[in-house]
Amino acid sequence: MSIESILAHPGIWLGGELARNNDALPTGFPELDEMLPGGGWPIGSVTEMIVEKEGIGEISLLLPAIAAESGKDKWIIWVSPPHVPYAPALAHAGVKLKNMLVANAGKDKEAWWASEQALRAGSFVLAWLEMQDEKKMRRLQLGAESGRACCMIFSREERQRSPAALRLKIEARGNGIAVHFLKRRGLHASRPLILSIDSHAVARHPFSSAFA
Amino acid sequence: MLWLAIHFPALSLEIFPSSSGPIAVAEKGIVSCNEKASILGIRPGMTISAAHALSSGLIVKFRDRNAESETLAGLAAWAGRFTPSVSIQASGLLLEIGSCIRLHGGLTNLLSMARRDLHEMGYGFILSCAPAPHSAWLLAISGNETFVMEKEEIEKAIGKLPVELLSQPSKIVEGLEMIGAKRLEDCIKLPRSALARRFGKSLIDEIDRALGKIPDPRKYFIPASIFERRLPLPASVMEAESLLFALKRVLPELSGHLALLQSGVQEIELHCIHEDEKDTLLKAGFSAPTRSHEKMLLLFREILHGASLPSPVREIRIRADKILPLASGNIDLFDDEDNEESLLIERLRIRLGKDAVFGLSEIQDHRPEKAWQTCDSGCDAKGKPGRPFWLLKKPFRCRKGNLALLKGPERIESGWWDGKDVSRDYYVARDENGSRFWVFCDRSDGEWYVQGIFS
Repeated sequence: MSIESILAHPGIWLGGELARNNDALPTGFPELDEMLPGGGWPIGSVTEMIVEKEGIGEISLLLPAIAAESGKDKWIIWVSPPHVPYAPALAHAGVKLKNMLVANAGKDKEAWWASEQALRAGSFVLAWLEMQDEKKMRRLQLGAESGRACCMIFSREERQRSPAALRLKIEARGNGIAVHFLKRRGLHASRPLILSIDSHAVARHPFSSAFA
Repeated sequence: MLWLAIHFPALSLEIFPSSSGPIAVAEKGIVSCNEKASILGIRPGMTISAAHALSSGLIVKFRDRNAESETLAGLAAWAGRFTPSVSIQASGLLLEIGSCIRLHGGLTNLLSMARRDLHEMGYGFILSCAPAPHSAWLLAISGNETFVMEKEEIEKAIGKLPVELLSQPSKIVEGLEMIGAKRLEDCIKLPRSALARRFGKSLIDEIDRALGKIPDPRKYFIPASIFERRLPLPASVMEAESLLFALKRVLPELSGHLALLQSGVQEIELHCIHEDEKDTLLKAGFSAPTRSHEKMLLLFREILHGASLPSPVREIRIRADKILPLASGNIDLFDDEDNEESLLIERLRIRLGKDAVFGLSEIQDHRPEKAWQTCDSGCDAKGKPGRPFWLLKKPFRCRKGNLALLKGPERIESGWWDGKDVSRDYYVARDENGSRFWVFCDRSDGEWYVQGIFS
């Protein structure tokens, strides 16, 4: 038996590569897909997004996936978002509003409950939750697993430990954003990925050319 | 044609709240009794005083024929889930199922669905099938479940039944017994003309109807345009589980009622009637019309566990008056999953409140704050370019000095007709942290405001 045939076994993982066999949802940004295990947002597990300052493109980063999922008649559930998701902007970005729902559930117990229920039902969940503890996170993780669903949790600060399978920190960087990979399955990424997300938020502005 | 007869031998007893001790229903004498009472030797036909003599703790209820026919109408509605042709009998139902057997995946499947439902609703029953309605009915009231599929086999199947099952006056039945015709087969063997001369044409007709030799048209049950059903509870109860138990009996009726009307409901009212307090009204709302009783039950479970009842409930009333058309095709496509997951929105609304869970839709208005609204469920829209994903609840004042204007202006002047007119120049701006905002300069006073966040 050659070493190649052993290494080709799906149960064997090499330390120098990203985890495979993960179901994932393409992010719409090919550069980002390459950096994520499975090639996109993980399905059936929790992703934590650390965004210290809002308004830097954190929703734009998720939007291609949200639009694609809503087009597949999956529910997109926003749990306790900090502001009103603005219907005209979402619709223009291709989100099917009929498959979108906002649940204002506060930040604590009810919000965790709502997120878990939505995940169990297989919805794509975006949640703004506080008081994260490991037990609650594990429940979400189980919910995501049983519903084969994507779960995005937004938090303001970086905490020491988290059971989330994928943790990203997002910062503004010039006209785009820098994505730091705090935790991912497989090889550790030491450097952030710089993404230009301008195209999704601002460039469709009708006056952009006039003003530039 | 194939007819399914459902006979409820203990219906007169089952309409009363069940009791752990001996209980009997009486009219002139005892009509029926529960197992406890029959162990004590109480039998139908006995006088009430004889029954009391046998058991001191016996509860005797007087027969309530109105409640019986109300229950039978409810059960006829339930049977509507199988077939539109349901006919009500004195103590049961006749369903024409020949035309719908395939729809329900064969006779065995249909029978097991019916058995499961009736069992859950808590009725004792005897099922029988025959190609002629009267023979199906005679087989069912004989007490032995018999399934006859071919017309030629009817004679053999009903031959052994005693003549007293026939719906003939007792004089005729006694007369038949006197001439030695104790079973139906004896009557069938006798010369028809002699039988007709002696006992009248109605006997011959009944036998012919049973054999399927002459037409036997039936009047079908027509459901009312609203559903209303009351159910007294065995004892005043507080616990959600006991109320759910009662609902298990009523909701299948509602579901069949809706099937007969080719409809669904989006809202069901549950009135809990207390001993001494004002009624409690609980409403179950669905995101789309439904007629699945499993879904209804799941939702009521959630509602009852969350509700606080002021005092014990002695009776429940179920009411659905907004009955909406729902084609049967819709059911097959979407209603196959009656699990908790399929009720996500309903469950979120029950726990978080109706206003806390909403969809979004776009409105054609140039003013950004008026270009959207919340709604029960969102509507697809084309959207507008150059808009931020977050809109602040209210624009707030800001200093322009901190902001770098990236794009703009986009002038929005609108609303002169409703007194909330605006005249604004909108810009995309960035602050020193790299966050991008949607800001405008109010042209009436030159002040700057932030209204949205490009995230």
